[in-house]
Amino acid sequence: MTELASGSTSQRELASESTSQRNTESITVTVNGHAYTADCEPRVTLADFLRHTCGLTGTHLGCEHGVCGACTILVDGRSARACLMLAVQADGATITTVEGLAAGNALNPLQEAFWDNHGLQCGFCTPGMLMTATELLADNPDPDAAEVREGLSGNLCRCTGYDSIVRSVLDAAQRMRG
Amino acid sequence: MKPPAVRYARAGDVREAVALLAEHGSDAKVLAGGQSLVPLMSFRLARPSILVDINRIGGLDRIEQDNGSLLIGAMARQRDVELSDVAAAAVPLLPQALRYVGHVTIRNRGTVGGSLAHADPAAELPAVVTALGGELVLEGPGGTRSVAAEDFFTGTFTTVMAPDEVLVGVRLPRLPDRTGVAVEELARRHGDFAIVGVVAAVHLADDGTVDLVRLAASGVDSVPVRLHAAEAALSGARPTADVLEAAAATVDASIHPADDVHAPASYRRHVARLLVQRALGAAVERSGVER
Repeated sequence: MTELASGSTSQRELASESTSQRNTESITVTVNGHAYTADCEPRVTLADFLRHTCGLTGTHLGCEHGVCGACTILVDGRSARACLMLAVQADGATITTVEGLAAGNALNPLQEAFWDNHGLQCGFCTPGMLMTATELLADNPDPDAAEVREGLSGNLCRCTGYDSIVRSVLDAAQRMRG
Repeated sequence: MKPPAVRYARAGDVREAVALLAEHGSDAKVLAGGQSLVPLMSFRLARPSILVDINRIGGLDRIEQDNGSLLIGAMARQRDVELSDVAAAAVPLLPQALRYVGHVTIRNRGTVGGSLAHADPAAELPAVVTALGGELVLEGPGGTRSVAAEDFFTGTFTTVMAPDEVLVGVRLPRLPDRTGVAVEELARRHGDFAIVGVVAAVHLADDGTVDLVRLAASGVDSVPVRLHAAEAALSGARPTADVLEAAAATVDASIHPADDVHAPASYRRHVARLLVQRALGAAVERSGVER
């Protein structure tokens, strides 16, 4: 971490960048059924757009370089890492974030299965786990444990040891098959 | 960990993308799937002045068969190629290798052209295109040109592409029916870049001798390496265990691995030889099956 911190950009540099080369694009993105239109600098990632412009902070940012999977969302129905997309690229796209899973206070079957099987401890990775598992179960409604592990292998969890997450997804698959 | 300030232009067609690149020179960068470029920008390892987004150019995502070859547009998403019946029928090595590229979420966005233009020497797609003697199609201000895979990659993250050229697609020769294919990789975790990777395709004649063999390795040099000596050792021979071992023994002289934090060069040499033997064995075993 020290090495990354010493190589990172100073606040002053960030400030001068944003004033000297300011340019924005007007974009419209539909998130969880709600259309958001905003002026956006090209450098802004979709993750930051969702968190700061849309106020949807359920999409978590862990590594910000596509390794941890915490910021996974659905773009036009397919999973994507929101830190690896620029918001300007999502102009016109339909997005689902973790906030779009529950109907009000009613959790969906996947969320319920995470609750019942202790599929989370600190909860930081959970939004990414849920969004990745949403696509996994849509593609393969009856996965075995090995398929769930491979399907979630791009999402890091530092708490659970993964066993309870795998159990949650398998349980959710069963519930969703009815 | 935020990308630096950058300008953004969405190209409507390839000609416009080329014109934008010509106007801005080497400061401009083509944005395809962004799965390598965006993190490089976040790390400030890449600081383009302008991104030329080719995502909305129509027709660049095609996956089609034509005159005995498979044509894949540069913007074809890796996941779409992985799941494509057309790709699987023409070049079954491709979907098999793609399953090793990152994770589904990465492959949903990542593109075939992006991976080839990025030219990571450990990546799977450059190895497949090198093994099969594919042709990369480039468009620049002077028109279109094709470059053979072995001439395309010039070093780590570098290719023969000029700053004002766009990679528009890749053409791969169709593999004959009953060709066996195999991908063998050593990586620390599923989805990581390989320490060493090997891709192989083998076809047997009716008399049981090898009449087609294609073999390349990744992670063993600054570019993907076609293993010509090993191919020659196998070509025309009956693929017995001794012949496979002799073919694998030639690998040492074909590769130039480097020491890095993941593995010393000597280890990569050892692994490359083993994986070649395994990949050839698996490809032979899978050959002869109708697809």
